[in-house]
Amino acid sequence: MAVQRRGAAIEIAGLRREYRSGQASDLGSVVAIEHIDLRVAPGEFLCIVGPSGCGKSTLLRILAGLDRQTAGTIVVDAAGWAVENAMVFQESGLFPWMSVATNVRFGLDTRGVPRAEADARVEAALKLVGLTRFRNHYPHQLSGGMRQRCAIARAFVTDPGMLLMDEPFAALDAQNRVLLQTELVRLWEQTGKTVIYITHSIEEALLMGDRTVIMTAHPGRIKQIINVPFPHPRDLLQLSASPEFGKLKLDIWRVLEEEVNRARAEMEK
Amino acid sequence: MSPKAQERLLYLISPIGLIALWQLLLMAGIGDRRFIPAPSDIAWRYWQMLRSGELETNSLVTLYRIFAGFFIGSIPAIVVGLLMAMFRPVRIFFDPLIATLFPIPKIALMPLLLLAFGFGDASKIALVVIAVFFPVVINTYVGAANIERIYWDVAKNYGASQSVIFRRIVFFGALPMIFAGLRIALAVSFIVLVAAEFVATKTGIGYLIWNSWELLQVDVMFVGIVTVGVLGLIATAILQEIERKVIPWKTE
Repeated sequence: MAVQRRGAAIEIAGLRREYRSGQASDLGSVVAIEHIDLRVAPGEFLCIVGPSGCGKSTLLRILAGLDRQTAGTIVVDAAGWAVENAMVFQESGLFPWMSVATNVRFGLDTRGVPRAEADARVEAALKLVGLTRFRNHYPHQLSGGMRQRCAIARAFVTDPGMLLMDEPFAALDAQNRVLLQTELVRLWEQTGKTVIYITHSIEEALLMGDRTVIMTAHPGRIKQIINVPFPHPRDLLQLSASPEFGKLKLDIWRVLEEEVNRARAEMEK
Repeated sequence: MSPKAQERLLYLISPIGLIALWQLLLMAGIGDRRFIPAPSDIAWRYWQMLRSGELETNSLVTLYRIFAGFFIGSIPAIVVGLLMAMFRPVRIFFDPLIATLFPIPKIALMPLLLLAFGFGDASKIALVVIAVFFPVVINTYVGAANIERIYWDVAKNYGASQSVIFRRIVFFGALPMIFAGLRIALAVSFIVLVAAEFVATKTGIGYLIWNSWELLQVDVMFVGIVTVGVLGLIATAILQEIERKVIPWKTE
């Protein structure tokens, strides 16, 4: 069964973000990202990969409304969705003073969803990520994987047109990461939301996404966009062991190797 | 014994040990018992004063002043501290006021408060209010200002209004520091109130201590001092118990 792609559509053109450093203008400014042109189709699972400092988080924060671009435009079409986007943060960002259920409920409370409806939606979201039994636990009583499940539930429950994910599984151990990747892809295949997923792992990007955007650092630009040819729904474990996957990974590493060597040569000049 | 019970036992060992040492030294003949009564002398006097109701009356007066002042002072301090962390203009407005008024010894305000509120309870309560306000406002502000950025980001991304951020993020995020401030404030309120009761009243533990000095009843003086300590200890223990209930997410 093919994925019903229904999420928000995004059109990014000429996006640029610079940070002015200090008061002295001669110190200049740091360009976090520039010349970002990107179209994201409804329901696409887009991964963004790049070294630290390539501005991938800046891009996500702008999409999330937590930062503003210096120039360029973003147009999001999230018609038919309760909210435009919901973000899943790197360290989960669960409020330590709220129970699991209260955390999940947060985005519904802020938007004034009626009590009975919110109850039902929270219940469904907890069930979706397997945290029903832990509804009254506090985040510090959960494992890292459970915390990220809770953060994912908190994002899904608001019914966003797109999910913005900032290296959500980076802090997890290998087994938990594979589990959560599988669960996330399953959730996405069921809901068909648009996903923008930031990672520093090319393997993770190729495993989950429809396309992978590779960025370069200083300034952050798009180097290459790779169409990942594997159809959904995917069996991630099987895919990761297949020769086709290995070959694609190798090809991309070759491209990046050139880039790394070029950057190193430039630095040594 | 559960680890919690062990902790509570440990909590009692240091004061009890100190008292035992004191008794032993005096029984060994070190120190003049007319000026430094032994814990047993003080305990005997304590018992008598407890039976006569003298201690109870004065303790209740002192406690009433402490708690009235503590509540009236700390609630606005928490609100102002949170607002200072949320809104820059509020911070700029209050910063110089706090910097100027905080270092003033609060007891120096007592004559002024007597003028304003008279010799009744109101002037003493007002003094406690002022003394409590500063440690609570400063701790609340620091606690709220140091809430990690990610929580503000989450709140904003999930559509929280300023009022939701205030009630559900800033307040709870600052709560551990608020309690640290309340604990300091509790100690400070005993300090200033007992001092105020030396001069400006005919009731309360502070009066009891000062009056016994004037009559050279050293054992009564010690009963007063011990009573202040015991009341402070109990009040702090109650506050800690409340903290445990109110901050269940705090890991120890």
